[in-house]
Amino acid sequence: MSIQISCPHCGKRPIEEFTYGEIPRVPDHITDPDARNVDRVFMYTNPAGVQTERWFHLYGCRRWLTVRRDTRDNQMSE
Amino acid sequence: MNEFQERKINLTWREPKRSYDVVIVGGGGHGLAAAYYLATRHGITNVAVLERNYIGSGNSGRNTTIIRANYGIPESVKFYQRSVDLYQSLEAETDRWIMHKQKGLINVAHNEAGLRTERARAAVNAAFGSKTDFITPAEVKKLCPQIDLSGGGEYPVLGASYHHSGSTARHDRVVWAYAEGAMQRGVDVHQRISVTGMLKDGDKVTGVQTTAGPISAKVVMSAVGGQVTQLADMAGVRLPIRSHPLQAFVTNHYSLSFEPILASPALLFYVSQTARGEMLMGAEIDRQPSYSYGTGHHLLQTTSYRAITLLPFLRDLRILRQWTGVCDMSPDYSPIMGFTGVEGFIITSGWGTWGFKGIPASGEQMAELIATGKTPELIAPFALDRFARDRTMADRGSAGTH
Repeated sequence: MSIQISCPHCGKRPIEEFTYGEIPRVPDHITDPDARNVDRVFMYTNPAGVQTERWFHLYGCRRWLTVRRDTRDNQMSE
Repeated sequence: MNEFQERKINLTWREPKRSYDVVIVGGGGHGLAAAYYLATRHGITNVAVLERNYIGSGNSGRNTTIIRANYGIPESVKFYQRSVDLYQSLEAETDRWIMHKQKGLINVAHNEAGLRTERARAAVNAAFGSKTDFITPAEVKKLCPQIDLSGGGEYPVLGASYHHSGSTARHDRVVWAYAEGAMQRGVDVHQRISVTGMLKDGDKVTGVQTTAGPISAKVVMSAVGGQVTQLADMAGVRLPIRSHPLQAFVTNHYSLSFEPILASPALLFYVSQTARGEMLMGAEIDRQPSYSYGTGHHLLQTTSYRAITLLPFLRDLRILRQWTGVCDMSPDYSPIMGFTGVEGFIITSGWGTWGFKGIPASGEQMAELIATGKTPELIAPFALDRFARDRTMADRGSAGTH
């Protein structure tokens, strides 16, 4: 069984129907405006744990949704 | 060399010392190769390689063992060609049979854009020292008699680039050859020791905190795959890396010989035959960033469909096993090697889905960087600061996902 995402409109659907959307998070300790731009464009927090992310239901209702997912085991939480 | 002359591999394990000149975190191909070249090329043997599991247990044991240099930009072609050359001489140099086999790599094109890409690939390769030719469908059929040139009517083969030095090698034998060569010259390799933090003097990294106590070092090098973001974070370095799972699988035994490596960048799959006769297939990374080694049914379905489109005989085979590695994907699909801006901490990372083929060149160049304190010319374009300088190394040729 592939990973499933709960879409508020369509219910549980396989992850292949969705596309991933990153939420850029620039850490507060970076204060230089140029460094913040570089960080926002290129750098990733890439956490090993729960993160909040956006998914687009491309092959479905074509709406954006927010998901909390543990990157270690792909468990979704609300 | 062949299996009949093979001797037992000599690995000597020692207790960790409290201090080393160089500590390499990550006992996979990249870490061990760097240790090996430090010892053999530069005489630096006060080196420790720390591995949290057993050597070669990470992505070095989870790849599809393709070696090639048919990239799309000059810097990459030169770098990977160095790796191809080192792989070719590795058996003679280490006196170990790594099952290196030159097979030739066919990248087929199914449309006008694909033909342009493969023509450009052949031209760039030829110009920068790698042997790739543009070939016709008839020549493809000659090299790979099993192929259906009509692509099931959907994906006709209109042409291809043929990379002569495309080869494969046995992944764990490569790891063991480097480990043995390094250990024989006095390098310490420690298994089951995880790094839990960095020893720091101000911003400078002066060693690592491990599950076996603190170990100080003049240089700490990260050769970690998978959890590199967490390690770099301990040193205070932000990385442009996202971790994506990559799955691959093998079928049961195919009784005929399938000589070349066949790849279709448009269909996003590639296939080769292992020494056991299994057909080995890989495809693209999973879309979600994740550290999970979980496998899925979807990849088997889509990749099998794509593979059967070009190679109908695969229909009769069964899938035997499937595995997953965690790839450090950089935004421009090129590796990240060199200084990090934090004194005492250097990195070889961003090896995404192309890590195995880069092992010898990355090891050799990083060893030179440690020994001389200067970035070698070959890897200068792959420095971490290229993102801030807006000099990214985006390369269409690296797609093809292996």
